[in-house]
This record gives sequence, C-alpha cells and structure tokens, in this order.
Amino acid sequence: MPRIGVFICHCGENIGATVDCAAVAQAAGRLPGVVHAVDYKYMCSDPGQSLIKEAIREKRLTGVVVGACSPRMHEPTFRRACAEAGLNPFLCEMANLREHCSWVHEKGEVTTQKAIDLVRMLVEKVKRNRPLTPIRVPITKRALVLGGGIAGIQAALDIANAGHKVVLVERDPSIGGHMAQLSETFPTLDCSQCILTPRMVEVAQHPNITLYTYSELESLDGFIGNFRATIRKKARSVDESLCTGCGACIQKCAQKKIPSEFNAGLGRRTAIYVPFPQAVPNKPVIDRARCTYYKSGRCKLCEKACPTKAIRFDQEDELVTIDVGAVVVATGYDVKPTSFFPEYGYGEYKDVITGLQFERLASASGPTLGEIRRPSDNEVPKKIVFIACAGSRDPAKGIHYCSKICCMYTAKHAMLYSHKVHDGQAYVFYMDIRAGGKMYEEFVRRAVEEDHVRYVRGRVSRIYQKDGKLIVKGVDTLLNSRPVEVEADLVVLATAMTAQPDAEELAQKLKVSYDGDKFLNEAHPKLRPVEMNTAGIFVAGACQAPKDIPETVAQASGAASKVAGMFSRDELSREPVVAVVNRQPPPVWSTCVGCFLCETACAYQAIEREEIRGRDGSLIRTIAKVNESVCQGCGTCVALCRSKSIDLQGYTNEQVYAELLAL
Amino acid sequence: MAEYEPKIIAFVCNWCTYAGADLTGTSRIHYAPNVRVVRLPCTGRIDFMLILQAFGQGADGVIVSGCHPGDCHYTAGNFHARRRWMLFRRLLDFVGVDMRRVTFSWVSAAEGAKWAELVNSVVADVRKLGPYEEFPQRLGGPGQKPIEVA
Repeated sequence: MPRIGVFICHCGENIGATVDCAAVAQAAGRLPGVVHAVDYKYMCSDPGQSLIKEAIREKRLTGVVVGACSPRMHEPTFRRACAEAGLNPFLCEMANLREHCSWVHEKGEVTTQKAIDLVRMLVEKVKRNRPLTPIRVPITKRALVLGGGIAGIQAALDIANAGHKVVLVERDPSIGGHMAQLSETFPTLDCSQCILTPRMVEVAQHPNITLYTYSELESLDGFIGNFRATIRKKARSVDESLCTGCGACIQKCAQKKIPSEFNAGLGRRTAIYVPFPQAVPNKPVIDRARCTYYKSGRCKLCEKACPTKAIRFDQEDELVTIDVGAVVVATGYDVKPTSFFPEYGYGEYKDVITGLQFERLASASGPTLGEIRRPSDNEVPKKIVFIACAGSRDPAKGIHYCSKICCMYTAKHAMLYSHKVHDGQAYVFYMDIRAGGKMYEEFVRRAVEEDHVRYVRGRVSRIYQKDGKLIVKGVDTLLNSRPVEVEADLVVLATAMTAQPDAEELAQKLKVSYDGDKFLNEAHPKLRPVEMNTAGIFVAGACQAPKDIPETVAQASGAASKVAGMFSRDELSREPVVAVVNRQPPPVWSTCVGCFLCETACAYQAIEREEIRGRDGSLIRTIAKVNESVCQGCGTCVALCRSKSIDLQGYTNEQVYAELLAL
Repeated sequence: MAEYEPKIIAFVCNWCTYAGADLTGTSRIHYAPNVRVVRLPCTGRIDFMLILQAFGQGADGVIVSGCHPGDCHYTAGNFHARRRWMLFRRLLDFVGVDMRRVTFSWVSAAEGAKWAELVNSVVADVRKLGPYEEFPQRLGGPGQKPIEVA
C-alpha cells in the first residue's frame, strides 16, 4: 500500500492569498493512499523542509507530493530534502500551485478546486513512481581537438595546462590556421604571427599534447566520456622522425610554380613544401598531385638532396584509433573567392583581390615582403578601393548574415595601406559600420580621421577594366544616391566568411547539428554557447559563426574549461530520466519485437541492438536496448513504440495515464 | 447549461511550454482556470492515445504544445510530434472525433502571454461547442473505463 505525504505551501501570500491551502490539504488527506497532508507558510524554508523530513521518517512515507511553486524552481530542493530523510528523491513530485494556479487565476472556489485537481494528479502519479538511481558514466580523461587554428590551439593549451591529455588534429601540414596568414590584427595592430607563433611552438612542445598534422578525423563513435576517434594520418611522404627540416629538398624541387595556399594564391610554392617558414611542425610534405615523380615516375630530386634519407615515396595513409572523453570542434571558416562576384569581374581581374589576399600582401612574410604591390604588374597602387559586405548581408547571393569581422579588418587594411603608401588614397565602400567591441569604434574613427581613409556609404554595382585601371562604379547614399566613380589601381573585396566547404560532412560524422549556412549549432544560443547538443562535444571559433580573434579565443577557453570541468571528476552522474526497454523472464525475454522504429526516432543514437543468445550461443532474438549514458530522456521512442515495450523512467505510461485518470 | 465550465487538458513539454506557462505566472497574466496541465519531457513523448484517454476522461478540449519547430530541447522531438500529429488527426477525424476540440500549438519559454491567449481562446472555443458528451458515451459514460493500453 502506498503511503503518500502531501505538503501544501502557502508561499507566504503568493499561493495562500488566492488558494485555500488548508482546504487543499484537507481534500488531499481524503485521497486514497494519502496518509499525511499538511499546509505550511514556507515549505522550502528550513522548518518547512524539516516538516517533510520528519513526516517521511515518522509516517514511513513511500511518496511525497509538494504543492508549491514550479518544479522548475524547487524540485531539486525538495528532492534533496527527501533524500536526506532516506526517501529516494525520485519518489517526490511537485504540483505547481503558484505559477500555474494562484498567480494566474482569481481568488475563489474554482482556483482552489484546480489546486486540488493538480495535487490529485500528482498523488496518482507518485504512487507509481519507482526509486531511481543517478546514472554513472566513466570518463576517459583525454580530449580531442579538431582544428589547429587559434581556436584549437587555445583550447588544446588550456586543457593541457589543466593537466589533461590532448590530441590536436589539423588537416593542413602545419597548425596556425587563418590567423597565421594575417598581417596585423585590429584594433591594436600587433603582428599576428608574433602573437601566434609562440603559441604554436608551445603546442608542439607541450608534454600533454599529441599533435597530428596533415591528418583528418575519419570517424567518431561512442558517447560522452567514452568516444573512440579514428584519425587518418595522410601520407606526408616524409619520415618525420628523420627529417630535420633543413629545407634542402624544397630548394631542389623541380615544381616551383604551384600557387601557395598559405599566400592565398598570390605566391608560389614547390611540390615538396612547408606552408610557411614558421610552420609547426617545420617538416615538409609532398603534394602528390603536383609532384613530378608521382605524375611521371621520374625525378626523386628531393630524395637525392635529403641528407637524412627521410623521403618516403611509398608511405601510405595511416589510421590511428584513440579513446577520448570529450571533443572540441574548432575547424574554422572559409572565405568566398572573388570568382563568386560576377559584378566584380568573376575573379578574372588580377587586381581585384580578397581581404585574405590583402593580408598576405601586407604581411612581412608574404610574397611582396610586406610591400603593397598589385598582383598584375607589381606596381604600388596609388588608389585603392575596399568594398565591405562583399556577399555578406546579401540575400540575392544566398548569404543573409553579417560576416562580423569585415568592418574592422577593412578599416585595418585601409589604415595599413595609408601607413605603407604615403601618397596613396584609400576608399571604403560600406553599408553600415559595425564596430561593436572594445576600442573598435575608436579604431575605425582613427582610420577616417588620422589616416584620411574616404568612407563612402553605398554599394558598388560594377567594376570594369579600362586603360589599366579598375573603374569602380557605385553610389553615395548619404549624398542623395549620387553616382560615384573611382579609377582604382587595386580593389579589395571583404568577401563573406562562410562555413568550411565540408562542414556538413563533419557535422554528420560528429552527429551534431548545423544551421542553414552550415555553421555548427551550439546547444543554446545564450546559455550554452560552447556546448553542442551532443553531450561531450564542444565548439569553439568560426565554425560556429563568424567571429573575430578575441571572441574565438574566449570561446575556445570556455570550451576548454568545460572539458577541464568534466575531467575534474572520475565519472559523470546524470538524471536517470531515460528510456528503458522492458525485459522479462524467458521465454518472452522482452515484448520488444525488434522493429527498431525507435532507432530512427532517436536524435541521439541511443538505441542499440541487443542480441539474446541461448546457452549454446545461438541467436534467439535481437531487441532494442537503450544506452542510458547517451539517452537524453525525450521519450520520442516511447510514443513511437508499437508494442509499448519501451518506457521513459519518471514519465512512464503508467504514471502519465494515472495522472489523466485522476481527472 | 449556463454554468457549464469546459474541462481542458493540456499536454506540454517541460522545456518550452511548461516554462512558458511558468512565465505567465511570474508575469501575473490571468487566464481561464479550466486547464489542467500534464507535464512531459517533450512533445515527442506524447503518445496520441493520451489524447483519446483525455477525452475518455471527460475532457471537452485538449491542448498539445511544445517548443517551436527548430527549438526542441531534444533536437527533433517536436518534429516527430508534428509529423505523428498530421497523420493522427486524419485518423481522429475519420473516426468522428470533433477536431475543433484538439489544439496543437507551439509556445516557447519566452511566450508567457501567448500561453494565456492560447488557453483563453481554447476555453472560449470549447465553451461555444458545449460539453463533449458524445465521445465518452461511446466508451460507456464519463470517467468510467480507461481505454486499454497495452
């Protein structure tokens, strides 16, 4: 026989002024199974909780219903009180007499009647509650960081410095990402490489970090605390243990005219190459698609040049399997190429370049060693036009969002240009200036006021070539849309920041969600900005949305601290509100018929297949099984189950129907 | 029939609509007291047998409400609920359940006022329709026999 205790809270006047709490307690006391029913001014206070605890002990209660505020408010409080009195906390339910009753209805009999109904529903439910124990999940204390840009570097270093092992995977031959390509950074104009490269070296030397460059995630299985990652180490064609990074091979390479990815196509590289001199690791890879030997079967000049005999033409891709407890996704972004813009010449004009290419022109490590020279004839441009929002905020181009960093880097570019070309004039065409951030607006004002950059508010409709100049046609919307025409020597497009081209594929590998623009989704846009909806996977940097370096670093540190927090415990404990497939004695085993409709309904891949075998090992049946450490407890599978074999603990069919039958 | 008060049962998800109804409370927005809320983790959990059972218990109207599409706390539970509902409503219609008595809605945790409006409008609509006696009678009278659930 159930022995239920009902505790009605007045919440001071909040409930008491509208609902006749004494009457509710009285009515509850008459319900079958209720052995104790009282009302009290403040049930959540210390004496109120003591009231509950004493009753549990003295009346040997088997269930508790607290009629008070919303369970979203004080359910943990009262469940803890029950646990302290020796009652399983999941045998406590709350009837919401405040938010759902006293605060929203007039004082009167009808409201009191509703309160009684609410209590009665929960009494019927709690009679059918089962004691539950929190689920414990062991944790592998090693993190996988995907992406070796500034986000991945920051996250890896923070986790490693917290004392945990980190595996950092980068698909390019070197870590550094886009930040390594930048010249100076806004709003301080400090050199990007100068602040980044020491971090890169720190990653390479950190005893807690294992670095896999030129590698990609092949697959990820498992669940929070217990992932298994398979990493493909692409063949470098160079034995890293023997290579000293002397560079003799690079000098001898016959292929010298390959566009350099690091220089955004403005410089050239060889087939055996390191992306840039400060690369980490500073060990070359052979670009097999471009290498003479792989194309024609002859050459091997690099092999002859190598003093340590480190070249391995027969090296193959290697698959490495690693167990990790958490994953930080920091795979970064891409930018639209100039060929995306028909109105700006389809990428056919050599002197129309992207912002990233301008970074390389302005960088001391770039193809012009930091001098601003236009790609077509290597001349110093005297008139330069920067076009902000190239693609961004343009629904006609399929990009609705603001790329966020362009206003700032365009101001920076114009400023760098003015500093380097004293007799030149910079123009910026813009839609709005979005300079929210510490010292950001001041920075833009400096470009206008001190460096005399001419800002024109309006879109550029067309660019065409005429007599070696680029004619930029636009309007000035602040001057009654008066047409503006600039004869420019060089045009820089602040092209839209987009998700990586293979972001969707990665998201599917990780089983995380992404938005319409293929940016990865955080678990909650405000309150859970670094977690993803798959437990144990975190996100940092521009793979989630366009963002600048300070924001990226902040998010990476946030993700890292979440990982470190998770790793501070030996096992995870979570609410046992999970689905379970019923099990019965043989020969029934379970009412599950193995249709696996639940498998298709589960958004978390929590449904596994369990094989029931006889003593001789023969397969009797295959039924569904819920992995309780993955299940989030939504119950979608329960509603879908044809044979009602799967049920949700805490919200079982029996409990929910009992609530209904009480009405 | 002047004193007829409709009985409404609402199945809501814990994360959006239940929280939204909490917000209605904290905002002190008054609404009709005819609704009884059954809290579930997700609209995806709502087995539509529950709706039949609610009518079997003498409910005059049923509300189903959860997170807006795309905002589900559990990624996709509400999509499952919506898809299932689109099929189920045709069945309900076919067997003669008065479809005007079932309201499917989305109320987010930030839409306290919308919850009050939803309840008020459903109560007003169902009040016009009058008590739903036809359905329970088929099952042998109000509140008598629960529908068999396996």
